[in-house]
Amino acid sequence: MSSQDQTAPRASLTSAATPGTEAGKPSLARRILSDGFSSWALALPVTLVLAFFLLAPIALIVVVSFWGSTSFSIYPAFIFDNYEYLLGSQVTYSVFLQTLKFAFLTWAITLVLGFTIAYYLTFHIHSLTWQIVLFLLCTIPFWTSNIIRMISWIPFLGRNGIANQSLMNMGVIDQPLEWLLFSEFSVTLAFVHLYTLFMVVPIFNTMMRIDKSLIAAARDAGANGFQILTNVVIPLCKPGMMIGSIFVVTLVMGDFITVRFMSGSQIANMGRLIQNDISLLAYPGAAATSVVLLITVLIMVAVMLRLVDIRKEL
Amino acid sequence: MTKFTKRNGLSRRTLLKGAAASVTAAGASTLGAPMLWAQNEIVLRQAGTGVSAFNEIAAKAKEDLGITLEITALDSDAVAQRVATQPNSFDIADIEYWICKKVWPIGNLQAMDTSRIANYDKIVGIFRDGKLTPESTIAQGTAPHSVGFVEGVDGREFVNNESGWMTLIPTIYNADTLGIRPDLIGRPINNWSELLNPEFKGKASILDISSIGIMDMAMVCESMGEIQYGDKGNMTREEIDKTIAIFTEAKKAGQFRAFWKTFDESVNLMASGEVVIQSMWSPAITAVRSQGIPCVYQPLEEGYRSWGGGIGLNANLSGAALDAAYEYINWYLSGWVGGFLMRQGYYSAVPETSKDFMSENEWGYWFEGKEATAPIVNPQGVQMEDVGAVRDGGSFYDRMGAVACWNAVMDENQYMVRKWNEFIAA
Repeated sequence: MSSQDQTAPRASLTSAATPGTEAGKPSLARRILSDGFSSWALALPVTLVLAFFLLAPIALIVVVSFWGSTSFSIYPAFIFDNYEYLLGSQVTYSVFLQTLKFAFLTWAITLVLGFTIAYYLTFHIHSLTWQIVLFLLCTIPFWTSNIIRMISWIPFLGRNGIANQSLMNMGVIDQPLEWLLFSEFSVTLAFVHLYTLFMVVPIFNTMMRIDKSLIAAARDAGANGFQILTNVVIPLCKPGMMIGSIFVVTLVMGDFITVRFMSGSQIANMGRLIQNDISLLAYPGAAATSVVLLITVLIMVAVMLRLVDIRKEL
Repeated sequence: MTKFTKRNGLSRRTLLKGAAASVTAAGASTLGAPMLWAQNEIVLRQAGTGVSAFNEIAAKAKEDLGITLEITALDSDAVAQRVATQPNSFDIADIEYWICKKVWPIGNLQAMDTSRIANYDKIVGIFRDGKLTPESTIAQGTAPHSVGFVEGVDGREFVNNESGWMTLIPTIYNADTLGIRPDLIGRPINNWSELLNPEFKGKASILDISSIGIMDMAMVCESMGEIQYGDKGNMTREEIDKTIAIFTEAKKAGQFRAFWKTFDESVNLMASGEVVIQSMWSPAITAVRSQGIPCVYQPLEEGYRSWGGGIGLNANLSGAALDAAYEYINWYLSGWVGGFLMRQGYYSAVPETSKDFMSENEWGYWFEGKEATAPIVNPQGVQMEDVGAVRDGGSFYDRMGAVACWNAVMDENQYMVRKWNEFIAA
């Protein structure tokens, strides 16, 4: 912004407030001025909201992560104990690895599923009505809370659950499968169930906007179905895939409740470390873990954004 | 998470609601002249653990005293957190004694003048000099009397005598042990060590609340003969390491099906048959049995791990609100609440006043460990036990007299918590 902007906020405010009256013959300079001001003004509420409810809390978390704690109180300080313990403990690394493992597995499965569903909806359903109907069908699980969706897996997968009963009745197995519940399998399953839609929506969105004549052109040029997929559809869907990936990865990295319930508390991830610390009033430790997690997730998102220029593609 | 726990807790209590009317009919108020606060309505906000937060108690308090009690049910960690960090969010803290040891020094609670507690002299010895009967020895851990008194209203240091200033007025307490599914085990269980018996591989569970779980672990390790503790409630680092190592090994070998953190989780694990032996709390046993599934709160040779809860006053309380709080506490100990809680399987701090609010059969079954002479009905009005049934573990003196240790906070608490986290992550 130039210095002129700051000298004439009142005038621009008037013009912004009553655009009709001056719309007839605004001078160029005036228009730029008021445009500049109004865009700043429009951005202001969001900026304030983000500053108060996102940036300030994060800053506070960073500050608290250097504080000290006893078993029942925390005190302001500038010490590295929390980080020292966190980064010096073998547990942190194994838990971190576990968290990344869940993120990767969930990401890979939801990406394949999400892409396939979106592809089917876009290219195999030809009526818009049916596309909308089927798309809404995908959202039905979201009509209940994610805790209910998650918990409902427990009786299904249990030792005496429906899955084991059916398999035993069919004669596929003699003994109930123990690994169905309270295992990495059940955690991943719940994640996939919870988050596939976050992949379907953005991919479906970008895929719908692919110009169908591009596909016709590719076909005319002699490309087979697979070549069209890899050379036309996938490259054009990259922004959607990337947005979906960001959703899924950040959600899984930050989760604690799904891991807790679906593993029967037997598996830990970063979220659970934080939760444990909080429940024991060890806020500085929780804050330090949060900061490390936040930095990791930000790096991951930054890398993803480097791979695809979402702004350009959108 | 907290929200989730609360929702479950509330629905459970909603079920219990129906019982309120029948309980109310049991007897007239023993309070001579209950002060009525109706003109100038007094609201007391009570934050507590789910175990003692019953809407029936709030309804009865309103009826008898005119005091509106707003109860919030949270898990023990969340209550500790609230008492420590949000002193303006509650008037009365309904916490356990080990939590008291943790949060009292922060200074958000004020001590109570025992001369204002009408039934103080009748409070069970456990909460006063630590002894159930004059011959009793005091168990290990954070015994309630050891954090029960301070020097004055603002005292921050616990004192070792009945100073006249009580930190918490005891409300409920119980002796915990392992719960088992006798139908799926099919043989007698007599020792804590059975929790790690490979026979129950993949079918055992322990609770994931570090301060309580470590005690159950200690009971098991001691029973196995692996470790001799100086004080299970205040372990050394070496003892903690050894204990956690034994359980980590068992975990890696697949001994545990799951760990549980909330009441309902333990009920579901047991009722569904996912688990056949686990640490458990008394009302969870009741809940499993109410579903028609056999479940025993197994008395074990090594004794019980016990816990006690009480209510403490917010340091900010003064004037009329403080008077109302004392009124509420006196009412709490006057019998009706005790009778109500004893029917849930807990014990009242002043059992003799509760006796008036229970039938002879109920008193015999719940307190004296006698055979039921008539069906024992749960608070929902559903029959729980038939004629001739005997409470697991027997009488009050059999059970509370066999306490091996109290839930505790250790000096090495932070170290223990870290080790516990490693165990969970292992």
